[in-house]
Amino acid sequence: MAPNAEPGPRPATLDVTTPEGTVLPFVQAGLFDRLAALAIDQLLILVVTVLLLLLVIFVFVPTLGVHALSFFLFTNFVLRNAYFPFFEMRGGGSTPGKRMLRLRVISRDGGALQPEQVMVRNLTREFEMFIPLTVLSAPRALFPDLPPWAALLCSLWMLVGALFPVFQRRRLRLGDLLGGTTVVSMPRVELLRDLAGEPTPQSSIGRVEQDYAFSSVQLDQYGIDELQVLEDLLRDEGGVDREKTLTAVMRKIEAKIDWDGPTNDFRAQEFLSAFYRQLRRHLEQKALFGVRQQHKRTGRLRRGGRGSG
Amino acid sequence: MADARFELRSATFRRERQASWRELEELLARIEASGLEVLSHDELTQLPLLYRSAVGSLSVARAISLDRNVVQYLTGLAQRAHLALYSGRRRPLEGVARFFRSRFPALVRSFRIPFAIALASLLAGVLVGFRLTQRSPEHYYHFVDERMAQGRTPASTTASLRAVLYTDKSNPTTGMLDTFATFLFDHNARIGITCLALGFAGGVPVILLLFSNGLTLGAMAALYASRGLGSEFWAWILPHGVTELLAVVLCGTAGLAFGAAILMPGPLARLDRLRTRGRDAGLLVLGAVPMFFIAALFESFFRTLVQDPEARWTAACVAAAAWAWYFARGPRGAER
Repeated sequence: MAPNAEPGPRPATLDVTTPEGTVLPFVQAGLFDRLAALAIDQLLILVVTVLLLLLVIFVFVPTLGVHALSFFLFTNFVLRNAYFPFFEMRGGGSTPGKRMLRLRVISRDGGALQPEQVMVRNLTREFEMFIPLTVLSAPRALFPDLPPWAALLCSLWMLVGALFPVFQRRRLRLGDLLGGTTVVSMPRVELLRDLAGEPTPQSSIGRVEQDYAFSSVQLDQYGIDELQVLEDLLRDEGGVDREKTLTAVMRKIEAKIDWDGPTNDFRAQEFLSAFYRQLRRHLEQKALFGVRQQHKRTGRLRRGGRGSG
Repeated sequence: MADARFELRSATFRRERQASWRELEELLARIEASGLEVLSHDELTQLPLLYRSAVGSLSVARAISLDRNVVQYLTGLAQRAHLALYSGRRRPLEGVARFFRSRFPALVRSFRIPFAIALASLLAGVLVGFRLTQRSPEHYYHFVDERMAQGRTPASTTASLRAVLYTDKSNPTTGMLDTFATFLFDHNARIGITCLALGFAGGVPVILLLFSNGLTLGAMAALYASRGLGSEFWAWILPHGVTELLAVVLCGTAGLAFGAAILMPGPLARLDRLRTRGRDAGLLVLGAVPMFFIAALFESFFRTLVQDPEARWTAACVAAAAWAWYFARGPRGAER
């Protein structure tokens, strides 16, 4: 019913149990986030390389002569190979690109990310990235001596390494597999206003609750899923067609719980806030007594009776 | 329905705890920006307490609160704190130094068997290549391909073969030595990493690769030996060859160990075996990369600057002794 209900199946998680016995579900990063982070990092490397090249051409070549070339080659080698390990060790598992997309490398066993793990996971990068790129751009260059069919087979085999993350749920690269690491997505969640905490500013708690007092039979119609969808809806204050959506949702709830009190299209926000608050109280209380009602009941309440089904 | 005017239990819980959550959030933001070191002594002692309280709050929130935002917020907070606390942030250079000081030699010692197999494959290649070429020089063309030979064939004159071993210092290309070294290094390091990658195919290609490299070397040695230049040839190869061949063998060792983890996982699941063994194999290659670098420096500088065969032999022996000392030293039981 709400536009921003959580779509599809839940993403793969890595459950880390803390020494205190609490399970922390780390969400595996998606392929496209990782590709984007990689692109940003490569772009940074490219920019630094170009700057370095300019520096070499305009400063070092006049002073050092031919040695400038080897200086450039060596620095470039270090830059290409040390960039990822350096930032992943220093930045708590994030390169600048990963940081922008809120990705982090963690150890798959949930413990501390060791420097060794970082070194190993970045060792295969060249193999995973440049060989497949060569395969795609110039397949004949890689195996010049082989007959075409054999070259094709070999090229496909080379691609397997790069496509490894596509084929499993955890999206592990070969390097992740070797290093015992994985990349997780950690979007920043802000602590928002408690919708059931302080009363809504425009009306005192008493009045709203008096206007909208739902019976426990009525509240029984909905479960935790609907409560949280409603939470998303109420928090989504800048949503498109908000008034319309709120009114539509209000009408739906009214019909389902057979509400006969006064309602007004312009008061949808008030109605839904009150409903949210009371539903949450109701469900939390039920949960305390061991009944976690996850879903809504089917059908509608009939006047003076219980819901069917 | 209970009296609606009382505050929700979950709202009370949140009101009482949220100050400490905010405090933890602030500390974490600072740690993530610039490391644990920026915290003052008091803050550092506060951190574990705040973390434990956040984890506790998360457990409680999961049980009593149906406010999804709070549960998500606390999950993220606890995760960040967990990572900040349990990932002892080491300085990158320190980690690398530690690795080369103790971990790498220990690692090599723990791979004794695949190392022996890799070394044996290489030596077998050298021996076979040497004997076969000695018996019938045409074999040389099978073992050493044209690009590698660079005109050094059984048809060459002894004088031209000798000329390769000793560089003329007045040669104008001497100035390009460092460039040459960098190219060599890049090339060789890639070969080493390929060795590891070949491990995916079960290790057999690794043995073949080492063996065929050995054949080439053996065939060349035989060619030079047939002209009475055997000792001088080895004096030319070995000062850098000791390091380079050792690094190649180490990469081969890694490939073999990797292949073995795939073929013979033992009591563990294949993926678990790969994880423990594969990581070690990767580290082995990592340790070999600087060895290639050292070898490349020797190959381009030492070889051109030192022409005396005896000095070259001495350098080769010193290099061999140095590596033997490096890999054999250290308390054997102490490392993990």
